Amino acid sequence: MKETKDHAALAEAFNADEPRVNWHDETLWFIRQKRDKAAHTVADWELLRETASQIKHNVLSNLHDYLLQFEANAKANGIIVHWAADAAEHNRIVHEILQKHGVKQMVKSKSMLTEECHLNDYLSEHGVEVIDSDLGERIVQLAKEPPSHIVLPCIHKKKEEIGDLFHEHLGTPAGMADPQVLTEAARQHLRETFLTRRAALTGVNFAIAETGEFVICTNEGNADMGAHLADVHIACMGIEKIIPERKHLGVFLRLLARSATGQPITTYSSHFKKPREGHELHLVLVDNGRSIQLGREDFRNSLKCIRCGACMNTCPVYRRSGGHSYHAAISGPIGAILAPNLDMKKNADLPFASTLCGSCSNVCPVKIDIHDQLYKWRQVIVKEGYADTKKTLGMKAMTQAFASPTTFQLAGKAGRWFMRHVPFAVSNKMNPWYKQREMPAPPKESFGEWYLKNRKKKNE
Amino acid sequence: MTVGLFIPCYVDQFYPNAAIATLELLEKLGVEVVYPSRQTCCGQPMANSGFEHLTKKSNNLFIENFRGFDYIVAPSGSCVLHMKDHLHSGKYPNETEAMRGKVYELTEFLTDVLKVDKLKARFPHKVGLHQSCHGQRGLKLAQMSELVAPAFSKPEQLLSMVDGLELIELTRKDECCGFGGTFCVAEEAVSVKMGKDRVMDHLQHEAAYITGADMSCLMHMEGILRRQKSNVKVVHIAEILNAQEI
Repeated sequence: MKETKDHAALAEAFNADEPRVNWHDETLWFIRQKRDKAAHTVADWELLRETASQIKHNVLSNLHDYLLQFEANAKANGIIVHWAADAAEHNRIVHEILQKHGVKQMVKSKSMLTEECHLNDYLSEHGVEVIDSDLGERIVQLAKEPPSHIVLPCIHKKKEEIGDLFHEHLGTPAGMADPQVLTEAARQHLRETFLTRRAALTGVNFAIAETGEFVICTNEGNADMGAHLADVHIACMGIEKIIPERKHLGVFLRLLARSATGQPITTYSSHFKKPREGHELHLVLVDNGRSIQLGREDFRNSLKCIRCGACMNTCPVYRRSGGHSYHAAISGPIGAILAPNLDMKKNADLPFASTLCGSCSNVCPVKIDIHDQLYKWRQVIVKEGYADTKKTLGMKAMTQAFASPTTFQLAGKAGRWFMRHVPFAVSNKMNPWYKQREMPAPPKESFGEWYLKNRKKKNE
Repeated sequence: MTVGLFIPCYVDQFYPNAAIATLELLEKLGVEVVYPSRQTCCGQPMANSGFEHLTKKSNNLFIENFRGFDYIVAPSGSCVLHMKDHLHSGKYPNETEAMRGKVYELTEFLTDVLKVDKLKARFPHKVGLHQSCHGQRGLKLAQMSELVAPAFSKPEQLLSMVDGLELIELTRKDECCGFGGTFCVAEEAVSVKMGKDRVMDHLQHEAAYITGADMSCLMHMEGILRRQKSNVKVVHIAEILNAQEI
């Protein structure tokens, strides 16, 4: 990934191939439509969203207590609980567990947290090989790319490209792009992995304070295959994944898969409570900036996220810029409100990669006010000095002009004033507006001038 | 009832016909309308770019221009939403809240305040309605496709009163056009692609005109249509509701 490029530049590169942009847009729009259909099968869908949002509100307001309750119950169940303040500590803890067991190869199911912590890179530098067992994750891993979507990691890849990757890495015939054949090849490859790995790492979708259990949702059963066949199971979760009681799962499981892919429920919703005899079950609770975000009143609600990806599928910008244009582990609208908390300078561009259309907030199953938070991050980023100087000067000039009615009116012929003061209003190749759009034709007179002639005199 | 007419800066400069139509339409409906001549901009371009702290002067100016009116009406969902959400003033702290409640976008003013149920208007053309996001999702001028909730549309309600007008269906009835204020230049590639896709939806359904309650979205789509040498025109909804075509 080219870290130096911002969202606009990466999005422009993505748009060089327009038919591909159309394909990407339509693929994700199809999933948005599936989500709409699934949502409409639940009469009280909006009430369900509100309930989920309120449960998470309670969690965030009492996080400290729920975490301690969860830890105590998990320990009583025989789970070994670890606390990690940041990504580095998380990675170190995982590595130490593997070292203790002399493990050099690990299988890992989907976990956006480990993406956020760059665990694979860390373990690889320390001589541990990680194989991602989620099919989409495995594909991007073979392609040496980060996932472009939190639920659909390789949604940016066409089946022919996946065929080429499998030909190179898994020995499928050249030119083979039949999804069934490719999936079967992946199954055989992963089966061998599952059978030979002594350690498995999984994510966590929901951790229940009341019981000390946790739930992992997958469609492929890959988390279960890994965890059940390994001697050591390490589950990693952000501290915001807590829900108070087991009964609350009924709310979240109904929302998660419908919002994510339009399914009524994920194929596997697996509950983990205690280790099997002779095996170890570790759970790593990770903060990594979450308590800072919890302290930011305007952005606290972002921690309600259950990682369904609905905001990405509906986002008209995401669909036309691709997940990689967000240059963060979590892309799309939710990524754009989470990433500035982790690194404001590096991610200063992301809250601006939106038209503030508000569709994200409307699909969010836990009702995060995503587009309002994008607006608020813009204010924070500018105040903290991360806006570029040219933009700041332009805005100040514009503000001055708008603050003075005389400047605005004395501009003479209609349109002239605008041409000088508004950034898009110049017809030349340097003007981004004019590159692919015509300028509005300036009229004979402004409305203000028309009004003076046609109404003001009558009134006086 | 006296209404203060609030005309967005770019409409004043580039689309006076939309403003004239708004004024004439309100007058026809028996409203006394005054256009305070010292108005400039609502401050949204600065605020949406992260510079809300620079909008103090334009906020004060807005209050000085528009206090004292029963209602403030503008032919723009976007500028109205900005005022409703972000009009603050240290200089006039007591007046801002009441003023935020008095600002109306034109179509909601017609349906909710004037309760218009018939119009003397004729516009015998195939028309596509662009639901601008700030009007739709912000001001709730129409039901949003994401929600599981009963359908309604204030702009459609008004367009249905126009003689001869044929409203076309769209494949994606409330997708953003990609204007997005300074987004249109800061994210030029995505902005244009979004605009092209929106325009294409209208063209595929054979619209002769694209209308909406926000001229900014229409300006963006017009720029694309004209670059494509299309004959399809954009027209502000006020111009249709005020039209007397034979």
